[in-house]
Amino acid sequence: MGETAIIDYGSGNIRSVARALEAAGAREIYIGAEPKRLQKADRLVLPGVGALGSCLEKLRAQQGLLETLEACVLEKGKPFLGICVGMQVMVEKGFEYGKQRALGWFKGSVRRLNPNKLNSDKNAYLPVPHMGWNNLQQLQPHPLLQGVTEGEPVYFVHSFSVCENNPACAIAQVQYGAPTLAVLAKNSIVGVQFHPEKSQHTGQKILANFLAWRP
Amino acid sequence: MPRIIPCLDVKEGRVVKGVGFKNLREAGDPVELAKLYDQQGADELVFLDITATIEARAAMADIVYAVAGQVFIPLTVGGGVRSENDVQKLLSAGADKISVNSAAIQNPMLISNAAKRFGAQCITLAIDAKKDSRNNQSGFSVYSHGGTRHSGLDAIAWAKEAQERGAGEILATSMDRDGKKNGFDLPLLTKIAQAVDIPIIASGGAGEMEHFKDVLKIPSITGALAASLFHYREMSIAQLKTYLQEQGISMRITEEISQHSCP
Repeated sequence: MGETAIIDYGSGNIRSVARALEAAGAREIYIGAEPKRLQKADRLVLPGVGALGSCLEKLRAQQGLLETLEACVLEKGKPFLGICVGMQVMVEKGFEYGKQRALGWFKGSVRRLNPNKLNSDKNAYLPVPHMGWNNLQQLQPHPLLQGVTEGEPVYFVHSFSVCENNPACAIAQVQYGAPTLAVLAKNSIVGVQFHPEKSQHTGQKILANFLAWRP
Repeated sequence: MPRIIPCLDVKEGRVVKGVGFKNLREAGDPVELAKLYDQQGADELVFLDITATIEARAAMADIVYAVAGQVFIPLTVGGGVRSENDVQKLLSAGADKISVNSAAIQNPMLISNAAKRFGAQCITLAIDAKKDSRNNQSGFSVYSHGGTRHSGLDAIAWAKEAQERGAGEILATSMDRDGKKNGFDLPLLTKIAQAVDIPIIASGGAGEMEHFKDVLKIPSITGALAASLFHYREMSIAQLKTYLQEQGISMRITEEISQHSCP
């Protein structure tokens, strides 16, 4: 297993992600955003917390970072894992405090959760952010979820979620008032809306699967 | 799924509530206790620093760092958080959420600025509330400095303001119920739940498993917190979650819990 790079662009719980990856078996971890180092890494992880717009701004502010990522991931097919907002940045656009143009690696948009829209039961009101554990419903098999049983819970903290129109890319979802995309994937790219680094044993399995993944 | 959250009060590097002297679990070591609760199926952990001195406060970051390297569930840390700098330090030590209380009462911009800088998801407002006959708004007032000072704020209005300022969650403690074990303060919690859209953790008064069932039925109360109940082994988290699941409240049941509950 070669080096895993955690992209540090000033957003995200870098340290938590690094320690969870170590516990999942990562031997060498690079934390940073230097294009040359990212090119050398075997696989890339993009964490992200906070607002989509500010994450996109910070990504774009790093000299040469986006170009490097696109060359590594879209052209060379390096395994890439986007976590939470790190998943959200991959679609075309977002609507968090205004409108954002995102990276466009996937079709679709990032929209505010509206879990009570279809729910007239006042006694079942669902708060936003969606904060806590929820059961993964697997829509199709993917190496990232190998060994994860149907319905295993993972930890979420988010107010916005990805609406991707292409069912071929939707790997898993959870129910939060409505079906909510939890895992998105194509080629060598996966995105997870939940926090595998905070999802105890299930999260550890998912991170270990990512480290072993050879797309 | 509702969360069951043990709370560890830490003073100068040791857990002080519910400390016994019989074995490791009651040895008052926060890291060992955190690991135990993680194994028992705790959904999150809350650490509250009740240390008075600045030197001892640095020990809190070390504890968080040690726990975060071994326990992969969300960690909320609070107590004495005064500035964005404090928030930053605890986040880099491995905390996922930071709870603010007295400093936010004195300077509400702390909530706005911290939420903007670190994201609303990691800012929890802790409210210590008490029934107050002088308060003619909601009937519940906010106290600061570990419940020693009447702040003059109305508990419900303060919860609303915190949400508007960007807090991602409320940790609501009833001072009237704290330690009494006669149930959560349902009137207080219902009022807060009706006033805000963000998730709420209920705290203060848990004594029986039924109390958890009652409080988790309130919409928006997505977490229930207890301290001595778990520390003193009056009930285990595994037992509690098994009971709640049987009562129709969906819980995260880990392998350890299902093994525990199987005869």
